[in-house]
Amino acid sequence: MKKNNYKKYLRTHKLPHIWCSGCGHGIILGAALRAMAELELDPYRTVAVTAIGCSARTNAIMHCNTIQTTHGRALTFASGIKMARPDLTVLLFVGDGDGAAIGGNHLIHAARRNVDLTTVLLNNSIYGMTGGQYSPLTPYQKTASTSPYGNLEQDFDICKLADAAGASYVARGIAHDPRHLSKLIRGGIEHKGFSFIEGISHCPTYYGRKNKFASPYDVMRWVKERSVRVKPDSYNFSQDLNGSVPVGVLSHKNLPEFTDEYRKLVEKLQKGAES
Amino acid sequence: MNSGNNVQFLQGNEACALGAIAAGVRFFGGYPITPATEIAEVMARELPKIGGVFVQFEDEIASIGAVIGASVAGTKAMTATSGPGFSLKQENLGYAIHVQIPCVVVNVMRGGPSTGLPTLPSQSDVMQARWGTHGDHPIIALSPYSVRECFDLTVRAVNLSERFRIPVILLSDAIIGHVRERIVLPSREELTLVERKKPTVAPEDYKPFEDDGTDIPPMANLGEEYIFHITSNNYDDEGFPATNDHDIADRRIKSLYNKIERNRAEIDDVDLFMADDAEIIIVAYGSTARSARRAVMMARQEGIKAGLFRLKTIWPFPYDHLRTAAEPAKDVLLVEMNMSQLDSEIKSATHGLQTRIHGLHQSNGMLITPDQIYDRIKGLV
Amino acid sequence: MNNKEYQVRLSGFGGQGIILAGIILGEAVSLYDGRFAVQFQSYGPEARGGASRAEVVISDEDIDLLELIEPDVFLALSQQAYNKYVGDANENALVIIDPDYVTEVPPSSRKVFPVPISKIAREEIGKSIVINMVALGALASVSGLVGIDALKKAVAARVPAGTEEINLKAVQAGYDNAREMV
Repeated sequence: MKKNNYKKYLRTHKLPHIWCSGCGHGIILGAALRAMAELELDPYRTVAVTAIGCSARTNAIMHCNTIQTTHGRALTFASGIKMARPDLTVLLFVGDGDGAAIGGNHLIHAARRNVDLTTVLLNNSIYGMTGGQYSPLTPYQKTASTSPYGNLEQDFDICKLADAAGASYVARGIAHDPRHLSKLIRGGIEHKGFSFIEGISHCPTYYGRKNKFASPYDVMRWVKERSVRVKPDSYNFSQDLNGSVPVGVLSHKNLPEFTDEYRKLVEKLQKGAES
Repeated sequence: MNSGNNVQFLQGNEACALGAIAAGVRFFGGYPITPATEIAEVMARELPKIGGVFVQFEDEIASIGAVIGASVAGTKAMTATSGPGFSLKQENLGYAIHVQIPCVVVNVMRGGPSTGLPTLPSQSDVMQARWGTHGDHPIIALSPYSVRECFDLTVRAVNLSERFRIPVILLSDAIIGHVRERIVLPSREELTLVERKKPTVAPEDYKPFEDDGTDIPPMANLGEEYIFHITSNNYDDEGFPATNDHDIADRRIKSLYNKIERNRAEIDDVDLFMADDAEIIIVAYGSTARSARRAVMMARQEGIKAGLFRLKTIWPFPYDHLRTAAEPAKDVLLVEMNMSQLDSEIKSATHGLQTRIHGLHQSNGMLITPDQIYDRIKGLV
Repeated sequence: MNNKEYQVRLSGFGGQGIILAGIILGEAVSLYDGRFAVQFQSYGPEARGGASRAEVVISDEDIDLLELIEPDVFLALSQQAYNKYVGDANENALVIIDPDYVTEVPPSSRKVFPVPISKIAREEIGKSIVINMVALGALASVSGLVGIDALKKAVAARVPAGTEEINLKAVQAGYDNAREMV
């Protein structure tokens, strides 16, 4: 791959981005752009869908068709797009509050339907845009502006949830390792079916500060130290990794894809009508 | 229901679904709710036969989200629901108004608030259709009063949505949705179908929301020769967020209103029945207008000069038409299955006239009968 | 008024095909008899168990009556439905009951036609399931609101292919049996 090839997928005239310095979201977007460049996606045939929050700031600076939707609902709009135009490549960038809380039900059902969408959930463990409230992916006992005494709730293993709901490709990567994350996203785009990639980002501004991380890199390092790389086809979600967070392709299976199934139904009915 | 014949005995909901298909709707996002479900059921059966897509989503929010997505992808799209579902759809409805995405939302009204009267008839979502979603916005809402009009006004709803890049609400009700009547389905040749205006400029010159003087910007579909961005934030002509620019915000919101207000001639739609010489004008819409029409005939048989002003387009409200019709009359009687939601519209349309305004309202899940209306007419004489 | 709207209510319990009978009556009148009909039925929780009902308004002219007010013709195929709805019927209404199901009929000014509808279906036709077709035939005789030919056309167009003969036979049997009472 040519160096900086991914820049053709950037609307450079829309830069600079508005993320805080030290934010991990740009790294994850970069990983996605590299995956797009490697696959040489046609920007005219590619749609990037976001919703609301820091994660939603990814697509305005992407050079392809880009749609920013209502909070939590990116998967609903993206489903309609893909079902109406199965020939388009549809990518999503959602957040942990956006994708796992208000949009959690859509995640479950898009996974169950196995629509050919690639969803990257940028997990920075907090609601950043609104000023640092706890999300379903804020770890137990961590501090946020709405959990000033420590989070009393348990967090999701959002990958496990996606897998259990029927996602046919589930992976997790970290901003600390963007090349690996890029490969995971590329695998998701190539996979025919619902692909879910959790990209662990970090929010130095809120999550970092409130939880006594001295610098952005300290948050990254904390994420890195908690993670453990798993080999493809070697992980199962009931495995105990002594508290470590598995990173890599966590599950990958071939299941009937929704728009394919629908096309077959249309062909069958139309053949029936002809005869 | 028999999809081959053009003369059929159909429910309003079935006619609505067939109207949508005739108008070119090829994507339907559904969610079960009485009394609207038959629309989804017909779509589920018919759309795949013609290469269209029906999907039952996980909730009402997803169904309208997918409808908007499909429309951006270039497919005429529709969803249908009733009160509780209509409430859930409001945020995305506002999104579609804001970013100017054509689509049709059918609300087969039942009694509320909340679960209310599942599933007795009502007309109590009229104001919700106007103002249900937050923020300043225009809307178009149509109200059918027969099975045939369920077909015709669904076609019109699709056409208006494409023409003006705005969601159009079809405000049906549990009676009109479920009643079966004989209907002669129009042939394809009898229908005029409207397609959204497409951009013609070079791809590098395309600004998705640049005004071409009509307040209705040409709309590119996804996956064609144009690349574009859409945002739920206030946006500039290129479609990118402009959240701190008061001039752009002012221009945008006025443009959204202008495209409707400046095209009233195309959008306003009222039906006058025996209203020319009427001294008593009944204002009604939907199933209530059927009872009102009958009451007018009963009154005429008794020599009472009554007439009907029927709203086919409820929103934007046809103030001018009503003023013209009401001016020579002595009395205007508003009849609705709600607690008088259109009262202030009637009063502002007739402001300063000598005409007296009356209301016959009932919100108990029962249709207002011809006799009830006739009794009120007699009381006014 | 000369444009009399005849209001018909069909009732029974779930599974007797009451709703389908209502639709067929409406189709017979409006598609095959050159007159006007509107049809409606019960929905929601009310339609799930217990009494089931379907209603048809029939007229020579356009109909603007979208809710039944006072049935002129009332068919009851269960005691529960009879008890629930008989009070709505007008005082000169024609009431058709199946005496196997409706055993208690207090005296009133309404004219009652006890037609052994379920017995005809079971014994003459050999299929209990056609009870709604027998009822439609009986209703055509008693009320004169729909022609037997139109009714048969509507039935033939509605019922599943291959079952036309038995359904038409059921309609005719109901019609003939009730004819003797009119």
